Amino acid sequence: MKKSVLFGALTVAGLAAGAAAAGTLDDVKARGKLNCGVTTGLVGFAAPDANGEWKGFDVAVCRAVAAAVLGDPSAVEFVPTTGKTRFTALASGEIDMLARNTTWTFSRDVDLKFEFTGVNYYDGQGFMVPKELGVSSAKDLDGATVCIQTGTTTELNLADFFRANNISYEPVPIETNAEAQQQYLAGACDVYTTDASGLAATRATFENPGEHILLPEIVSKEPLGPLVRHGDNEWADVVRWTLNALITAEELGVSSANVAEMASSTNNPEVARLLGTEGELGSMLGLEADWAKRAIETQGNYGEIFAKNIGEETPIGLSRGLNAQWTDGGLLYSPPFR
Amino acid sequence: MSDAHAHSVAFVRETSLPPAPPPVAETGIVKWLRENLFATWANGLLTVASLYVIYLILSATMPWFFNGVWIASSLAECREILDGTTGGCFAVLTERWNQLLFGFTYPNELYWRPSLAFVMLFAALAPVLFFDLPRKLLIFTGLYPFIAYWLIWGGSILVPLFALVGFIVGYVVYVRLEKTSFAAGFFGGVGAALVTWAIGGYITPFLSGVLALEAVPSRNMGGYMLNMMLGVTCVSLSLPIGIALALGRQSSMPLIKWICVIFIEFVRGVPLITLLFVANVMLAYFFPPGTGVDLFLRVVIMITLFSSAYIAEVIRGGLAALPKGQYEAADSLGLDYPQAMRLIILPQALKISIPGIVNIAVGLFKDTTLVSVISMFDILGMIRGPILASTDWNGVYWELLGFACVVFFVVCYSISQYSQWLERRLATDHR
Repeated sequence: MKKSVLFGALTVAGLAAGAAAAGTLDDVKARGKLNCGVTTGLVGFAAPDANGEWKGFDVAVCRAVAAAVLGDPSAVEFVPTTGKTRFTALASGEIDMLARNTTWTFSRDVDLKFEFTGVNYYDGQGFMVPKELGVSSAKDLDGATVCIQTGTTTELNLADFFRANNISYEPVPIETNAEAQQQYLAGACDVYTTDASGLAATRATFENPGEHILLPEIVSKEPLGPLVRHGDNEWADVVRWTLNALITAEELGVSSANVAEMASSTNNPEVARLLGTEGELGSMLGLEADWAKRAIETQGNYGEIFAKNIGEETPIGLSRGLNAQWTDGGLLYSPPFR
Repeated sequence: MSDAHAHSVAFVRETSLPPAPPPVAETGIVKWLRENLFATWANGLLTVASLYVIYLILSATMPWFFNGVWIASSLAECREILDGTTGGCFAVLTERWNQLLFGFTYPNELYWRPSLAFVMLFAALAPVLFFDLPRKLLIFTGLYPFIAYWLIWGGSILVPLFALVGFIVGYVVYVRLEKTSFAAGFFGGVGAALVTWAIGGYITPFLSGVLALEAVPSRNMGGYMLNMMLGVTCVSLSLPIGIALALGRQSSMPLIKWICVIFIEFVRGVPLITLLFVANVMLAYFFPPGTGVDLFLRVVIMITLFSSAYIAEVIRGGLAALPKGQYEAADSLGLDYPQAMRLIILPQALKISIPGIVNIAVGLFKDTTLVSVISMFDILGMIRGPILASTDWNGVYWELLGFACVVFFVVCYSISQYSQWLERRLATDHR
């Protein structure tokens, strides 16, 4: 039985290589399930709960796409990937999209042949110090010992920052975030630096979070977003505009609570186009007219997703910051639905 | 005389003294203490110092352990209950117990199936491990892999049934043909088994509902169950393959010899984690999207290849340790190669190799945690991934990793105790 599968696989391999690149949307519809790559676990962004149900900020993007394409937010096969396996999983077609707090960089976009379909979280490298150190700015950190994960971009950013400000530091190389927590709490280093969202999540687990502060300096740009393979623009459009629909929904005041009412009684033409009561936006994407409505209905708009998973009410307690709508001084700016 | 004597001494004892108890310093616990702990001045000092260190360790860990919280729904709640006192947060173990054992995607209502398979594992292993038990029990051992597969993965019973029938047909053909020549029997048996499996492969898809349990894909396996499955499968598969490789390496036929040598040396020269990455990442490129061999199977194949190369080297050591006279004795009895190996050489060589094989088995079992780096959720993967990444339990390290240590220690220590019993039983030192 395995043998026939193997031979069959070999014969269609050549054809499939061309065909697979063409129609991810059709593949997903035919399969009835979206294969979505996520992390093996990152606080607030993606992790299964006690019932084995995936929850989190990145997970919500997967579910929104599934709701838009298949009409069912639970029709997702979550494929956990590590930092090392994520890109091959996407390139080999094992997953249809990757929503795994992946930084949008030039080389990943161009050289690895992926297409980032937007940014769902603007992150940046920050610093955490104990309050008793009495430091209020990263520029006061001259001579400090810094816990830093080796082999990451954060290591390079750190060196850049200290050189640019003409101050010195003593690196304490560590391997994982867990190790960093222990080292930092044990006092092996004065400062711990990594992505600001990671710092906030780490601080939330401390016994006395109030004794540690995050410094105001953010020394790098880490735009995190979902990505798909090069060469299938229709599918990239679906993922891009699903994310944009969530962002636009917040801007226009459409939430999971009022989306049904808005769809039937809105006077705002853009809301009507977004929710599919006017215009042909859904069919242009190859989806049903109420695609965005389904995504918003099940997952909530961007603001709701943020608040539920990583917002100030959660233990992680991230403020919107850069991730506020452009109307509130943030960077979230979705192109219009027209 | 006696009178004179009576006058010359003041007192004569007429009865014998009852035996006095030995001096306190020469008996019981005091003697033991004096001899073992306080024999010399320096020893006494060391003893006191050691006691102090033990006290330090216990005084730090015991309150932590006994004051632990076993029921809470998150780390924050744990800390609230502890209210500043020292104590472990073992509630994570109770709340995520099933996830630690079965992974987070195995359906809850089906937990009884792997549990039953686990219990039956002992029954299946017993006749292999303890050869005083009746030999008829081995029949169950032979059936066990198929029963376990059916229980854990579910699906129609026809799939494991056909696999079993294939083996039986192959064996029957082998017995028939073996009388003419071993090679004919071997290849005939393999061919017959393949034909049976091919026929089974055509039939089963039409009868997929026959005695079907709810199917669970490999992707949903996880937790300690995954470690056990990988460990048991790979050890039991790599032992026969390792024997074959060891014999192949000693073969006088150059082709077989060099295939075995190259295979063993190549696999031993590559880290296991590299092989796992190849299994997970590279093989996906060779299959079109959506097809491909099951990840669990790929990992089993890679770990089995890895450990069989090591076991082959251990057994080769056993073979080399046998005096040449044993081989010559077998030849002089007129035994052919398979008979000589089966009846004379291997029983002795395997006996010598027991410690080495057990060593590899224990190492292999612990190495199964490496699959967590290719995003399979074994017990370590569950801890490092989903559990520590949940907002409820982020920050609980000692309790979770300590639990993993305990469950691995239980299994590995039992294996090594068994092997010591086996060695005593077989008395391999030729006394």
